[in-house]
Amino acid sequence: MLIVDSLSKTYADGTQALSNIGLSAAPGEIVALIGGSGCGKTTLLRLIAGLDRGSAGAVAVDGETILEPHPRVGVVFQEPRLLPWLTVADNVGFGLGGLGRSENRARVTEALERVGLAEHGRRWPRELSGGQQQRVAIARAFVPRPRVLLLDEPFSALDAFTRRGLHEQLLDLWAASKPTILIVTHDVGEAVTLADRVVVMRPKPGRLEETVAIDLPRPRDPVSARYEEAVRRVMAALDRSLHPPIARRDPAPEMRAGWW
Amino acid sequence: MPVLRQGGRFGLGVGLALALPIALAVGWEIAVDTGAASGRLLPPPSRIGATLFELAASGDLLSHVEATLIRAGLGFLGGAAAGILMGTAVAMLPLVRRICDPSLQALRAVPSLAWVPLFILWFGILETPKILLIAVGVFFPVYVGVSGAIGSVDRKLVEVGRIYRLSRLAMARRILLPAVLPATLVGLRTGLGLGFLFVVAAELMGASEGLGYLLVDGQQLGKPDQILAAIIAFALAGKLADTLFVVLTRPLTRWQDTVRESL
Ligand SMILES: Nc1ncnc2c1ncn2[C@@H]1O[C@H](COP(=O)(O)OP(=O)(O)O)[C@@H](O)[C@H]1O
Ligand SMILES: [Mg+2]
Repeated sequence: MLIVDSLSKTYADGTQALSNIGLSAAPGEIVALIGGSGCGKTTLLRLIAGLDRGSAGAVAVDGETILEPHPRVGVVFQEPRLLPWLTVADNVGFGLGGLGRSENRARVTEALERVGLAEHGRRWPRELSGGQQQRVAIARAFVPRPRVLLLDEPFSALDAFTRRGLHEQLLDLWAASKPTILIVTHDVGEAVTLADRVVVMRPKPGRLEETVAIDLPRPRDPVSARYEEAVRRVMAALDRSLHPPIARRDPAPEMRAGWW
Repeated sequence: MPVLRQGGRFGLGVGLALALPIALAVGWEIAVDTGAASGRLLPPPSRIGATLFELAASGDLLSHVEATLIRAGLGFLGGAAAGILMGTAVAMLPLVRRICDPSLQALRAVPSLAWVPLFILWFGILETPKILLIAVGVFFPVYVGVSGAIGSVDRKLVEVGRIYRLSRLAMARRILLPAVLPATLVGLRTGLGLGFLFVVAAELMGASEGLGYLLVDGQQLGKPDQILAAIIAFALAGKLADTLFVVLTRPLTRWQDTVRESL
């Protein structure tokens, strides 16, 4: 269980990146965060991961307050961030410790198989394509069996074709251990394909604007009417978040009176 | 690998590179042989070869090479160790950096040979000033390489270490060390080259053995063949040390995606 309670973040330079964020996600739930750039998505993920501290409020995972990186929280960054001096298999096993050699190896092999890279374990990261590298990063994050997995626009650098394949592999890995997933994306289709719930954010300061539930059965068929209807609902929510609130509100009293 | 596959082209390259020196050597040999030139100041290759052979056969060459290699080696080890220690301290500890780096950068601007008179005054003319001079020459490229490398380790990779909660020691061993290794090795290799540069200078200061001694001795006795033989021995020893360094350290940076996979 992931709980974000009244979380705010103001950077040292005065930028108010997040204001009073409240969010919770049940075990096994997939939540997509969507919103324009600069609305605090990366900041929120970094605070949940324990890489930075909030200015106010708190994050808790399974009842433990997050102050620094937690063993049950995994992260996939926007870039693969593989360690170039380790082989693909050693990268996948990087976060494993204390399980014993054979258990480690079994988990690495299984994860590599699930992301379709079983043959590539002994290669160097530089020998893989961008999409393959990101699959290694996803395998690395899954292998310690996190209860909460945070993904920050993991597929945004990849072409649509590669992305589609990765969605399936991500869901396959997720199905094996059912962690809570919080995934940031720019792509409405991606959000609707993956998530149980899409949370729309808006900037200045970053906050949660609206939540759209996606209750479609899996695997989801992107050409079904219900899928398209869900995409439309998310689009509409995004649209609303893009209009500045001032334009929708009634004019202030002194304006209404008019001075002309 | 590429060297093996492109064996033919590699051979052609070596052949082209050797064509000019061989042509010059053969030309000079013929000129002296036919009496067109005296070869007194610049002896023909055959005479240099003979001198080299004599020195080698008598065992003198080996003892001179040994003396030179020991000096260069000790100076290199001392300078490299100091460079790694200071480079690490300066990169990791802001206070040390603010105190030491400006002075070291200023000292770096001093040509190392300028220290020679002072070192002789302080330490006499035996081994200490020689090794110290070499160490000073080796120190700076290693220091600059190591401190720069640690300072520019990718923060994003350090964050990967943080996500997996590495201890400070594990972070140093599993992230920082491999990340700084390539630049450190480049600094060490440059230092090794400079070590060979400065061992000549050190031995010219006055030595009773070593390749530098052969140089001075050849000059004083008017034996250009001995000077050239010593120069050739220097070149071979330096190249050998460099090649050895590259071959021994290559496995450490096999993961790198560099243009130059070979020497
Ligand atoms: N380290 C930082 N220091 C100061 N401001 C920052 C820092 N990181 C992000 N910001 C600012 O915080 C806001 C939110 O950024 P970010 O979380 O990266 O948004 P997103 O991921 O949604 O694009 C932006 O205005 C950004 O400029
Ligand atoms: Mg971002």
